[in-house]
Amino acid sequence: MANKLDSKIPSGPIESKWTKSKFDYKLVNPANKRKHSIIVVGTGLAGASAAASLGELGYKVKAFCIHESPRRAHSVAAQGGINAAKNYQNDGDSTYRLFYDTVKGGDFRAREANVYRLAEVSANIIDQMVAQGVPFAREYGGTLANRSFGGAQVSRTFYARGQTGQQLLLGAYSEMMRQVDAGNVELRYRREMLDLVIVDGKARGIIVRNLITGEIESHEADAVVIASGGYSNVFFLSTNAMNCAVTAAWKAHKRGAYFANPCYTQIHPTCIPVHGENQSKLTLMSESLRNDGRVWVPKAVGDKRHPNEIPENERDYYLERVYPSFGNLAPRDVASRQAKYRCDEGRGVNETGKAVYLDFADAIKRLGEDKISERYGNLFEMYDKITGQNPYKQPMMIYPAPHYTMGGLWVDYNLESTIPGLFVAGEANFSDHGANRLGASALMQGLADGYFVLPYTLGNYLGGTKLEKVSTSNDAFKAAEDGVKKEISKLMGIKGNRTVDSFHKELGHIMWEYCGMGRNEAGLKKALQEIPKLREEFWQNLRIPGDANYLNVELEKAGRVADFLELGELMCRDALERQESCGGHYREEFQVDGEAKRDDANFCHVAAWEYTGENKPEVRHKEELVFENVHLATRSYK
Amino acid sequence: MAGKHINLTLKVWRQKGPKDQGGFVELQAKNVSEDASFLEMLDAVNEELVGKGDEPIAFDHDCREGICGACGFVIDGEAHGPMKSTTVCQLHMRNFTDGAVLTIEPFRATSFPVIKDLMVDRSAFDRIISAGGYISANTGNAVDANSVLVPKADADEAMSSATCIGCGACVAACKNASAALFTSAKISHMALLPQGQVERKDRALRMVAAMDAEGFGSCTTTGACEAACPKEIQLTNISRMNREFFVANATKRPKHKDGGAG
Repeated sequence: MANKLDSKIPSGPIESKWTKSKFDYKLVNPANKRKHSIIVVGTGLAGASAAASLGELGYKVKAFCIHESPRRAHSVAAQGGINAAKNYQNDGDSTYRLFYDTVKGGDFRAREANVYRLAEVSANIIDQMVAQGVPFAREYGGTLANRSFGGAQVSRTFYARGQTGQQLLLGAYSEMMRQVDAGNVELRYRREMLDLVIVDGKARGIIVRNLITGEIESHEADAVVIASGGYSNVFFLSTNAMNCAVTAAWKAHKRGAYFANPCYTQIHPTCIPVHGENQSKLTLMSESLRNDGRVWVPKAVGDKRHPNEIPENERDYYLERVYPSFGNLAPRDVASRQAKYRCDEGRGVNETGKAVYLDFADAIKRLGEDKISERYGNLFEMYDKITGQNPYKQPMMIYPAPHYTMGGLWVDYNLESTIPGLFVAGEANFSDHGANRLGASALMQGLADGYFVLPYTLGNYLGGTKLEKVSTSNDAFKAAEDGVKKEISKLMGIKGNRTVDSFHKELGHIMWEYCGMGRNEAGLKKALQEIPKLREEFWQNLRIPGDANYLNVELEKAGRVADFLELGELMCRDALERQESCGGHYREEFQVDGEAKRDDANFCHVAAWEYTGENKPEVRHKEELVFENVHLATRSYK
Repeated sequence: MAGKHINLTLKVWRQKGPKDQGGFVELQAKNVSEDASFLEMLDAVNEELVGKGDEPIAFDHDCREGICGACGFVIDGEAHGPMKSTTVCQLHMRNFTDGAVLTIEPFRATSFPVIKDLMVDRSAFDRIISAGGYISANTGNAVDANSVLVPKADADEAMSSATCIGCGACVAACKNASAALFTSAKISHMALLPQGQVERKDRALRMVAAMDAEGFGSCTTTGACEAACPKEIQLTNISRMNREFFVANATKRPKHKDGGAG
């Protein structure tokens, strides 16, 4: 098959690419918009904002979510903030600087044109969310407050206490509900997308399972948007919500959408450490804590004293020591790796030795407990609840954990995948973060895609594409429905001895061990032997009680784990092929003094994988990345 | 985080579906780590059930960080369990004593029909929101965010109301199954901000009407909702909602038909 990777980056200087595109895009006249239907899968920040703005334009939107309410989408859990190049602080910020920081932060593995557009619309996002009533933090005079985040030296992060994601999601959700009220958006909840339907080479619908009744439903449309989030749950223990899955994106992949950079997973440096065998997930402590918290470990190996008894000169504030100019605000990949090094050296704390301290004593001394409580109170309470320790009285313990996934379905500049009519937004696509995501940029991308990019690019597609009328009685829908039903009865029919979670945990262990914070050739090859074995056992020995015709949580989980078992293998293959270290993807063979060593001569590209059939190796395609504005340079935060 | 373990007896509400008769079933939770969350304890019980070929206890949950609002059921008569301002996913087993017998049942309210076991349908909340819990700000052309100043105190108060997670504990805790705390939190959030003024009256009228239409009971200000709320949403919101509603009722002008020639 010919390489389908045309990034469709507009010509001209980077500053005018988006403006030029918006003019060049075809328009759909208002009276015709209501004749077009669009399916949106997922109603987090990207999906809800897409559904809201498309509905507002007049398209007929059908929005689907697996949750009992769109307000549960995992965007709700983001804590720290959202970036925007407003330069309200007069500290030297600009669209170009946000663009520059993001390209550099992504270790030169993101597409310049997309990143510039993201920086460009960032300011509109804040205006939009404020207009919708998002109660961002304010200064006493009534202007918006900002704070700084990892990977940046300016204060450009807008926040709503430690609940920024919640407030932005509720904003986008309420705008979507406004369109529900207006009759432009039809919301179907507790529905899981289990296949994509393609007619005449174009995405024309989806197959979903009603999670309450078990019914399999077909839905048709003129275009499909997938905004189903990331796949960190492949690690079992991650900061993702329990129901986060790769399923919607993976099914689209199996229908022909290329999957880009699957091994690019972000390990977040500040999570509450693992406590025991039965733990179900990891809880993130916002990166914003690093504004005031100082990270340290004891200088001496095996120093088991209580942290408050370790004197100042026997502590190693290693981020401040190694990266004096960024200090505790070093980017996530750098901070995570340093924590791992300290623990590998035997200087980790906690009973497991897999934790470092995040200490607020100095900040409390400087600002007072009230100020710290105002800034981070809810995070401190959460930490106290989970660990039973009071972070006002002793340092928090933190350790890196799988968090955000930069990989995802490949999309061009218009956010269209390799399947015409299938658009992908937010974390589900690969596009804007390169090999690492800087803090406060995920919320920005989700909203940028939904509010400011898709309304134009979808219009361009619908305005410029001849679409025959399609109904769900079409053969393609029937075939896809049959396939879904067959897969469900196959899962139900295994009747083995092992629970879904036990498979998921074992997969997660393999992934973390061999495709986690540090990877090497031998480990990845081992994982590539173990995963197929585990997958085989899964299909022989899985046990799902109950039946498929009503609410069956084990069946839901089984379908998701089946997809993770395939994705996990692709992640390892992707990591193995990428013989360089970049951002969060750290191949131990390629380093200089513990820092990632990129290979721009051979790997300055996006790897996009093409599915070729069951148990056949996927084919790797390349999209070469060109850096015309931010010149390729070794990242340094020293 | 030391690893002490406890044993518990659980009396869990099991109900196959909305139309089935439910009932309590006794289950043992053995060797539960005190560091585990309540939901992780249930996960372990479920693993054992599935291992025996039985169906696991169904319960809603997702983020397990106390923010998504998906989880929630009643433990020994208290929504989200005995800890103040804590969702059940953030309730840890170190707060329970070895050998305790715990009764676990779903949130009870006519407007929250049981789906299965501890899972209830709270979509009535979404319908209340779609009846006016928004600001009609069209996308794409909003004015600069700092062109409308919001005093910090107002923004903070709006934020305190907006922080409601919509878990439904307030409804479950109320003897009348009233949704006043939830609805008032959203009405307050928007009434406190300059952006929310245009639709202020309409919003109050429509959301209160939607709440009543969903069959939630009336508020008699006993404060059980506030006590059960994991996010400490305050009763003052209900006072504000009542004020908004009365003012709107008394002063609302009838809608004019738009349009005209030309």
